[in-house]
Amino acid sequence: MSKHYETVFILTPVLSDEQAKETAKKFKKQLGDLGAKIVSEEFWGLKKLAYPIQKKSTGFYHLFEYTTDSITLVNELEVAFKRDERVMRYLTVALDKHAAEYAEKRRTKIKGGEGVPFKQPKKEKSNA
Amino acid sequence: MASNSEIRYLNPPQAEQKRKKYCRFKKSGIKYIDYKDGDFLLKFINEQGKLLPRRLTGTSLKFQHKVSQAVKRARHLAILPYVADGLK
Repeated sequence: MSKHYETVFILTPVLSDEQAKETAKKFKKQLGDLGAKIVSEEFWGLKKLAYPIQKKSTGFYHLFEYTTDSITLVNELEVAFKRDERVMRYLTVALDKHAAEYAEKRRTKIKGGEGVPFKQPKKEKSNA
Repeated sequence: MASNSEIRYLNPPQAEQKRKKYCRFKKSGIKYIDYKDGDFLLKFINEQGKLLPRRLTGTSLKFQHKVSQAVKRARHLAILPYVADGLK
């Protein structure tokens, strides 16, 4: 039974917008190769941090939501985060059924509302 | 120091009506507290960024655990500060 996971990670602001998306794609590809099914991906852009991390006060936030059976896949992803020095901080959370349902609702709300910034949703009629 | 007997009240100060506290999550049927939603979590921390105790917010034990876990995750991701002054 595949479990839901959600990973949020922060990239250093030193990178340009393009490089940030590039590194996110790198991790996404790694997830895909290892057999995780990526449910959704969000890019919150440059956000102000509540406290400085590594002497920096802003960071690029990314979110991956995926389902997988093997826990080793999550560990490998986290090892990749640890190795990559562009990633300042990451957090992986297992979603239980309430959380998954909430994430589902949140996604439809975002799609219905102002749209997920990086991926142009196809203009389906938004019931939200 | 004026002894107590001299202080006389017109009517004895009875404690203000204790209104029944309720758990807002059970009442509004919220099942999951999202750690990414910073401004919702602001309601559960005080000015210094510390978690509000249950006796003030009246939340049930189960949801207080969920709130504290969400706040701690938000702090890890720098969505909420660990210490702050004049947060609100």
